[in-house]
Amino acid sequence: MTPPAVTGTAAATEPIRLLDAEGRLVESDANAPWHELAAQLSTDDRLAMHGEMLRTRRFDIEAGHLQRQGKLGLWVPSIGQEGAQVGAVWAAREQDTLFPSYREHLIALHRGATMDQIIDIFRGAKHGGGWNPLETQGMRIYSLVIATHALHATGYAMGIRLDGTSGTGDASTDEAVMAFYGDGAASQGDASEGLVFAASYESPIVFFVQNNKWAISVPSTRQSRFPLHQRARGFGLDAAWIDGNDPLASFAVTRRMLDAARQGAPGYIEADTYRMGAHTTSDDPTRYRTSDEEESWRRRDPIARLAAHLREQGVAEAVLAEQDQEATELAGDLRRRTLEAATAISDDIFDHVYSDPHPLTTEQKRQLAEFEASFGGDA
Amino acid sequence: MTDTAPQAAAAAPTAPAASVTMPIAKALNSALREAMRADEKVLLMGEDIGPLGGVFRITEGLHAEFGGDRVLDTPLAESGIIGTAIGLAMRGYRPVIEIQFDGFVYPGFDQIVSQLAKMTARHRGAVRMPVVIRIPYGGHIGAVEHHQESPEAYFAHTAGLRVVSPSTANDAHWMLRQAIESDDPVIFLEPKAKYWTKGEVLPAPAPGLEGVGGMHRAVVAQPGTDVTLIGHGAMVHVLLQAAQIAEREGTSCEVIDLRSLSPIDWEPLVDSARRTGRVVVAQEAPGHVSVGSEVAATIAERAFYSLEAPVLRVSGFDAPFPAAQLEDIYLPDADRVLDAVDRAMAY
Repeated sequence: MTPPAVTGTAAATEPIRLLDAEGRLVESDANAPWHELAAQLSTDDRLAMHGEMLRTRRFDIEAGHLQRQGKLGLWVPSIGQEGAQVGAVWAAREQDTLFPSYREHLIALHRGATMDQIIDIFRGAKHGGGWNPLETQGMRIYSLVIATHALHATGYAMGIRLDGTSGTGDASTDEAVMAFYGDGAASQGDASEGLVFAASYESPIVFFVQNNKWAISVPSTRQSRFPLHQRARGFGLDAAWIDGNDPLASFAVTRRMLDAARQGAPGYIEADTYRMGAHTTSDDPTRYRTSDEEESWRRRDPIARLAAHLREQGVAEAVLAEQDQEATELAGDLRRRTLEAATAISDDIFDHVYSDPHPLTTEQKRQLAEFEASFGGDA
Repeated sequence: MTDTAPQAAAAAPTAPAASVTMPIAKALNSALREAMRADEKVLLMGEDIGPLGGVFRITEGLHAEFGGDRVLDTPLAESGIIGTAIGLAMRGYRPVIEIQFDGFVYPGFDQIVSQLAKMTARHRGAVRMPVVIRIPYGGHIGAVEHHQESPEAYFAHTAGLRVVSPSTANDAHWMLRQAIESDDPVIFLEPKAKYWTKGEVLPAPAPGLEGVGGMHRAVVAQPGTDVTLIGHGAMVHVLLQAAQIAEREGTSCEVIDLRSLSPIDWEPLVDSARRTGRVVVAQEAPGHVSVGSEVAATIAERAFYSLEAPVLRVSGFDAPFPAAQLEDIYLPDADRVLDAVDRAMAY
């Protein structure tokens, strides 16, 4: 089955947008089918999405403070990208497997990874997050070498197809995969090879590209002089362009494309968004972008946008304030736990290098233990 | 079992009841076939490995028997092959990859050393990576550039990988079976110059070489008393030839086939060094920071008081692999090994 192209063959001039920056619904003939999909989200759902965005924002801010106070080696904020992420993860069905880059905090939290597990990466306790994908509803661990996981995701999707657990036509059980990366990653060979393999093997996968305009200090125009979603079409994937700060557009388009992917048509979504903060706490955006640009995107903040929409829908201010209070308290709890968290032990160096015992790591673990013991507890 | 064995699938595939003589290429082919019959999660990935059977015909007949969903003729992209194999392994498959030639593995280098090798550790053991990467490697085939290299040091240097290299048909067969059974990633280096060298393939691994760990044992290929010669892959054949010549000149050489480059099985090496007191380690790869360097250093550490001479290394030169007309000069031959034997004996 070949699903209809999402945006047709002509290049789109505007991203798909269902909520404008003020949170008003954008009605048009073209938007009607998307609104119909977005209608799957009740007001309670939308409120819950808003709560997740707020919690992630507070988490991000708290983690930034922890880094500034020397408790984390580094922090990677996702501020500004919560709208794209919340729509995507709500669109994914529970059987779907999600391969993140390293800035998908909302998505990880939604799937059951804990704030502490994310913090563990950045306080130097564990690589990758240390969560087990079997315990986080298919949320894979973070991947730091840019775009490498695009291939892992594609291979996983190829496996789904070989297993026959997609393509039956039943979207409620057919599996699919999402790979998340950014505009910088799109330049990597692995990103392109992922598209080649996904198209060639008609794999059930959607590549969700958060174009946040900056790969550290290099603007997205250096990565591509051509819209990324148009590039994907050249690889034979169906592609869409969305306003990434519009959670409803992110939800509707992702849902449609994932369901097409389940039937063998891999897809590509370029989410037009903005990294409102620094790349990491080691970065200094004042060196490469203007405050005017930052200000223009602050006015398009996805959380404010969804909040305005919720008010429009009749949600009381007190309910939103309560969500904010709850998010602030969670961040405070995280701070306390992080300050008390245990330090990694030296066995961690050796214990999982191999699945089966390996004489070199076994011997070196023994030697280190002996060396440490030689200080007789005075070390 | 040979390449023309009947394709009626037995309930459980079995090795031949008696030993069969076949070339290394066929021994590899039968190992792949048996592994695929035994476990439907085993699948092959690579360039031209389908109807063509691979440029060296190692996968000949397997596409016909198992079909395109288990013998994947992939797009021409090494990083893509290895990266998607990682995803397939996460999904429960056991991919066996063929890299067409040694010099073509580098486009997939990051996926091997940063992704495949570290994936189990990055998941704290929750995810296993049973991926085999077969690489036809080494010289002596007169090919154009990038087709005759020995990249083993890069992989032996990388924690999380296992690296093995058979030199005989029997080892090619059984070590490949063991590599596919391994839950860890294995770099499987095939001495392509010896693909058509015949040998006996036994119905079962030799005693002491059974199980997944069997591929990591070093073996004495020929006993001797005066000098220990150590090598792997095609070099073992050069060492045996050198030993034969030395024997005629009154020097008894013990030849050790390393078989495994990570981990290295030190006991037979150190034991032999203690007996002979003289060691020569040879390889086609360039010598600087190589497997031979590690062998020399560790033997010096562990057999210091038994050594009558420093451990000597014979290697390819630290220069890009030369044009084919120069390869016989570049690659260590019996004469260069014997020169090292003479120098060792002169101490």
